[in-house]
Amino acid sequence: MAEITAPPSIAALPGRLRRFAESDLLYSFRRSPVTVVAAAVAFIVVASALLAPLIAPHDPYDLASLSLLDATDPPAWLADGNWSYPLGTDNQGRDVLSTILYGTRLSLAVGVSAVILSMLLGVTLGLIAGWRGGWIDTVIMRVADVQLSFPAILIALLIDGVARTMLPRDAQNEITIYVLILAIALSYWVHFARTVRGSTMVERNKEYIQAARVIGVRPARIVVGHLLPNVIGPVLVIGTINLATAILTEATLSFLGVGLPPTQPSLGTLIRVGNDYLLSGDWWISIFPGIVLALLILSVNLLGDWLRDAFNPKLR
Amino acid sequence: MLAFVIQRLLQSVLVMLTVALIAFALFNYVGDPINSMVGQDTTLADRERLRQELGLNDNFVVQFARFVGHATEGNFGLSYQQARPVGTIILEKMPATLELSFMAAFLALLFGVPMGIYTGLNRSSWTSQALLAISLVGVSLPTFLIGILLILIFAVVLGWLPSFGRGSVVHIGWWTTGFLTVDGWRAIILPSITLALFQMTLIMRLVRAEMIEVLRTDYIKFARARGLTSRAVNFGHALKNTLVPVMTITGVQLGSIIAFAVITETVFQWPGMGLMFIQAVTFADIPVMAAYLVLVGFFFVVINLVVDLLYYVVDPRLRVEREVAGG
Repeated sequence: MAEITAPPSIAALPGRLRRFAESDLLYSFRRSPVTVVAAAVAFIVVASALLAPLIAPHDPYDLASLSLLDATDPPAWLADGNWSYPLGTDNQGRDVLSTILYGTRLSLAVGVSAVILSMLLGVTLGLIAGWRGGWIDTVIMRVADVQLSFPAILIALLIDGVARTMLPRDAQNEITIYVLILAIALSYWVHFARTVRGSTMVERNKEYIQAARVIGVRPARIVVGHLLPNVIGPVLVIGTINLATAILTEATLSFLGVGLPPTQPSLGTLIRVGNDYLLSGDWWISIFPGIVLALLILSVNLLGDWLRDAFNPKLR
Repeated sequence: MLAFVIQRLLQSVLVMLTVALIAFALFNYVGDPINSMVGQDTTLADRERLRQELGLNDNFVVQFARFVGHATEGNFGLSYQQARPVGTIILEKMPATLELSFMAAFLALLFGVPMGIYTGLNRSSWTSQALLAISLVGVSLPTFLIGILLILIFAVVLGWLPSFGRGSVVHIGWWTTGFLTVDGWRAIILPSITLALFQMTLIMRLVRAEMIEVLRTDYIKFARARGLTSRAVNFGHALKNTLVPVMTITGVQLGSIIAFAVITETVFQWPGMGLMFIQAVTFADIPVMAAYLVLVGFFFVVINLVVDLLYYVVDPRLRVEREVAGG
């Protein structure tokens, strides 16, 4: 194997940073142009969403600045367009670009929170099932099996629907976002639990665990301190892939009208609102959020695929 | 064989009971069913009598048994929103969803399998690369976005096809079909493509992966060495062996087509069970939600069962292994 010498710019970096720059991970990243482009797109979308309050030309939540006279203006480059609304305005006169920036923020927030929550839930249940075995294992895995035989989107839809029914109407708008996060998290924990359970059962019988047991480390500490670090790798990969699915699920639920309300629109809500104006030819209200959503999901998917291949040397 | 069938059947019944239990819990404990049925000015005594009549004071096991009994007869009570029997409503909506799902599955197979074979055989060709790239985009595009794009292009800009509804339908007994009118055919084109696209890319990728896998095996090399035409090798030997997993996945995907129909039906205002379910969720119409849950659960369980049994019938290796292990 030919020796890979680091370019001088990398060689000049100090310790830890340099180790990262020379790692296999970064090497395989730079070797895959598709991944680099995907990372760049994801970075731009995420960064502009985070900076929304600074870079958005208008504040879509500020009702005072809205005027129905400006409603359904086309994008700036078309006839009747206006450069103060670069991508046009929606039915309430909100600037489409600004609502997209704020909407992406909400979509990302829901997606990331849902993935973290389902990760916590799935890893905990997977550790318990794999470590304890016995009837707890049977119960958890049976539930997982039943849940896995239905599409996750249907389960999320159901949980969301039931939660809405149980909550008082007037509190719904504030709570919706948490209900949404919970519904998505509860429909995706199975993947994490199964993976963690599998690797826990393998690791449980290895010597380092037995050694820890022999010297009298408490079980809880063995699981968290010794076992968890050895089973967490695949979880992070699944997490990245699930992030794309979670964002997609949120968008779908919002599009179906059971997600975030129009007063607090995510990308899915924006597309739903715009869909009503599609037939009258006002395509920009739904198509621009749609493009951003598709770019976001595609780039996160590609990053997840790359991460999976990079962490799995067998595929190389 | 018999032991396997019985084991699978028991498993299905267990899953079905779980689903029924969830639906029952939904029905009874989410909100107060009495409140949803009577008006504001009903007296407490009247409410209590109704409660007694409906058997809501019986214990849990009795109520659940009654629920299951009624469910097997297709009796799910009255819809809160429409005040009509839920069974009747579902029966009205079912043909629309089943026709749409059938059409989508048909399209997905019709295009997915040949594209998979082509990309599997010609791995490095330019067309294959393009198809694969498109399929990746197809997987990432949300279903509803594809629907919106199709509406924009074919209904709004070009004006060729209708953007919503089912067109005119013909009644055959309780079944309504759109397949007998020109209108109906025009209306089903866009929704079925929308619904089929994701499954199509999935089937294409699966057939491709299986083809590549099978083409590497020894018996294919041997068939080539015997001097068989590549046509006979590719289609007679290779394709046949890729079809078992394809069949399984297609069966399982049939279930998810019915689930994803919820989204497609909302985009195209297709008057099926999916649209009904979404409306039920928005209006908190619990009986309809519970019935839909049981029905979809039933579809899934039956599909999974049939696929498992078919697998067993089609793949002789499975049978031999089991018999050896069992005997």
